[in-house]
Amino acid sequence: MAFKEILLNMGPQHPSTHGVLRLKVALDNEVVMKVTPVLGYLHRGMEKLFENRTYQQITPLTDRFDYLAAISNNLGYLLAVEKLMGIEVPKRAQYIRVIFTELQRLASHLAWVGFFANDIGAMSVLLYGFIEREDILEIFEEYSGARLTVHAFRVGGVPTDINDKIIDMINTFILKLPKRIADIETLLTGNRIWKHRTIGVGVISPEDAISLGLTGPSLRSTGIKWDIRKDIPYSSYQDFQFEVPTSANGDLYDRYVLRLEEIKQSMRIIRQALDTLPQGETLTKVPRVLKIAPGEVFHSIEAPKGELGFYIKSNGTDKPERVKMKSPSFINMQSLETMCLGNLFADIVAVLGSLDIVLGEIDK
Amino acid sequence: MEEWIIDILISLAKTLAFFGVILLWAAYITLGERRFASFFQNRLGPNRAGIFGLLQPLADGIKFMMKEEIIPKNANRAFYLLGPTLFITIALIPWAAIPFGDTVVIAGREVKLQIVDLNVGILFMIAVSSIGVYGIMIGGWASNNKYSLLGAIRSSAQLISYEITMGIALAAVFLLSGSLSTRDIIIAQMQSPWHWNVFVQPLGFIVFFVSILAETNRVPFDLAEAESELIVGYHTEYGAFKFAMYMLSEYINLITASALITLLYFGGWGIPFVDLGRLGLSVNLAGLISVIVFLVKTGFFVFVFIWIRWTLPRFRYDQLMNLGWKILLPLALVNLFGTAVVALLV
Amino acid sequence: MFIHTFGPVAIQIAFAIGMALFLLIFTNAIGPKKYNPVKFDTYECGVSYFNDARGMFNVKFYLIAVIFILFDIEAVFIIPWSVIFMEFKKLGLGLFILGEMAVFLGVLVLAYIYIIKKGALKWD
Repeated sequence: MAFKEILLNMGPQHPSTHGVLRLKVALDNEVVMKVTPVLGYLHRGMEKLFENRTYQQITPLTDRFDYLAAISNNLGYLLAVEKLMGIEVPKRAQYIRVIFTELQRLASHLAWVGFFANDIGAMSVLLYGFIEREDILEIFEEYSGARLTVHAFRVGGVPTDINDKIIDMINTFILKLPKRIADIETLLTGNRIWKHRTIGVGVISPEDAISLGLTGPSLRSTGIKWDIRKDIPYSSYQDFQFEVPTSANGDLYDRYVLRLEEIKQSMRIIRQALDTLPQGETLTKVPRVLKIAPGEVFHSIEAPKGELGFYIKSNGTDKPERVKMKSPSFINMQSLETMCLGNLFADIVAVLGSLDIVLGEIDK
Repeated sequence: MEEWIIDILISLAKTLAFFGVILLWAAYITLGERRFASFFQNRLGPNRAGIFGLLQPLADGIKFMMKEEIIPKNANRAFYLLGPTLFITIALIPWAAIPFGDTVVIAGREVKLQIVDLNVGILFMIAVSSIGVYGIMIGGWASNNKYSLLGAIRSSAQLISYEITMGIALAAVFLLSGSLSTRDIIIAQMQSPWHWNVFVQPLGFIVFFVSILAETNRVPFDLAEAESELIVGYHTEYGAFKFAMYMLSEYINLITASALITLLYFGGWGIPFVDLGRLGLSVNLAGLISVIVFLVKTGFFVFVFIWIRWTLPRFRYDQLMNLGWKILLPLALVNLFGTAVVALLV
Repeated sequence: MFIHTFGPVAIQIAFAIGMALFLLIFTNAIGPKKYNPVKFDTYECGVSYFNDARGMFNVKFYLIAVIFILFDIEAVFIIPWSVIFMEFKKLGLGLFILGEMAVFLGVLVLAYIYIIKKGALKWD
């Protein structure tokens, strides 16, 4: 009699599917034979919603995609709109945008380290990551009034200039962060159990990664140096000195080390941006009712989770005809099965955690 | 009154006192675990019910009791109920052999602070606690839930694997004390702290400690209830007080494990460099102090367990089995044989 | 004599069983009871459950159990041996009892190596 593999259903109500993802898993003696994601439990019809909103009204809605990195979504959308309109954003506004998106990257990566560690069983790290993230959220609150779904930027720049208090807060935070990162590294990086759980697990080859469209830190962990901030600079990223960390193995441990390294690079960018912040306007004049001549545009940025792209088609009215979003979580999810096959059941959770998915972005 | 009736009455009294203490202690460990976890994570933890949250276990207990009893449709009713019942029963029985103090004199009779001093004490404890795996297996199977079943199977494989290692590590202790009685093992370590088994055979202690960590299903070996994969493992389908029974038994097992470490490797109620017998204290006072010392040592190891839980990540299933079979088992055998050779030479 | 040793153990067992049964029955008696077919369904992460959980399992788990029984029987021999070791040493038979265990452990280690070579403890 043939052995029947166990069919297991993970999610939507499961502690570690990062929201409401559903995975259909086939197990043979704890070894993963098949993983099929089932999506749509958080679908809100965002792209359709955009077609009935004006260009300015869409911006706050983009916060709700990747709610752990709202500002990055704002930036991605706004850059696409500005490119479509052909307007130039003032230099100071560009720098402020860089500061806040990098802070957002820090927040996203810190939350990721915590969730990833929690998926592997180290529960305290989650809270350590969140304490620092809290400081970032306070900076956001001081600047825009919101903490999670921050609507920080506007078409044509940023609505308000940053004041000394915010600069102080950022400076204190940046001084404090390395110590907390060191704490996390003490708990995890050298830990034998952590290494056992992450080294050589969830490996993906560079060829597979490219053909599956993997982007972001997961792609760079396979050794491919692809960072849009560096390769197709936007919003003055070319002005800053920073490295794009890569590593060769493409396993979970590399992704973890890489993200910690990215945190350090982001701090470097923020420090430079604060030091060389140019004077001047922060908002270009844009008409109250934005009517964009017919045309289409695609613009992508390096969001914390990978390449975030917006395709916008305008038709001459104040509302877009179509907005399509290329969300990193959605694309990165495709490589889940490749990474999981042949590994053990517990590794699914770890691999899923390492991909840094946010369901708001997958289901849109 | 006949002698044996008095004996029975005394052991009844001891059993009753024990049940009061152990249940209260287990209940308060749940609070301790949550509070310590919070402190490790820069949180406050439950502090609303009573001062410092001291009434929290009571509130939890009442809540568990007032909950609706849910038995899933597809579950096997009888076995579903048997699982937690068996588990908590088994968790309580090993304490019959654990001494929590020296002797006291009550009404002219010398009473050992131990429910009974069995000459096969440790063996009895191991034998009884290994039945505990049935509580997990029956509960997990009867729930008819895939997560429960996976958790139960993992747990059974884990418990039986580490039981061997534990048994062989213990054999080295028996070799030195020449007895299986818990009391004799403690008395053999009484001379000085350097006679504590932890110093006499550190390798054996490490093997035993890791095994008992696995036996109690604690992080980093909590695969049976690995919440990031298996929801909560074998008791996924359990609610109300049946869940609390599993929970309580796990904490009782934790105390048992700590007490075992104390008595086997850390000299039981012995205070380092102090001989209670020579201080000229009355027998009862010395007995009381010995109880306190034993409880403090045990409490410390309970804290160590909590500490480990909130620090380390979790092993994966294959790594757990490899650790048990391919690393700890050879180490335990080497330790046993080495101890025998050294004991022969000394 | 028996009552002095295993009498208290019997009391302990009776108490433990009594307490477990009391908790079980008492909480059953005082809790609310409202039937709802969905509530009493098997938990399958929020979707309605499909195929029975009690399927066939890989033989690996069974293998572990068999190896456990073998090694546990070894432990059954080792523990009495370790208890009487010191007495034999006092009688001057220390080397004899050590040699006996060396032979026993030698066979055990051979079996252990065989098990590992056969891949009985490999997981994938």
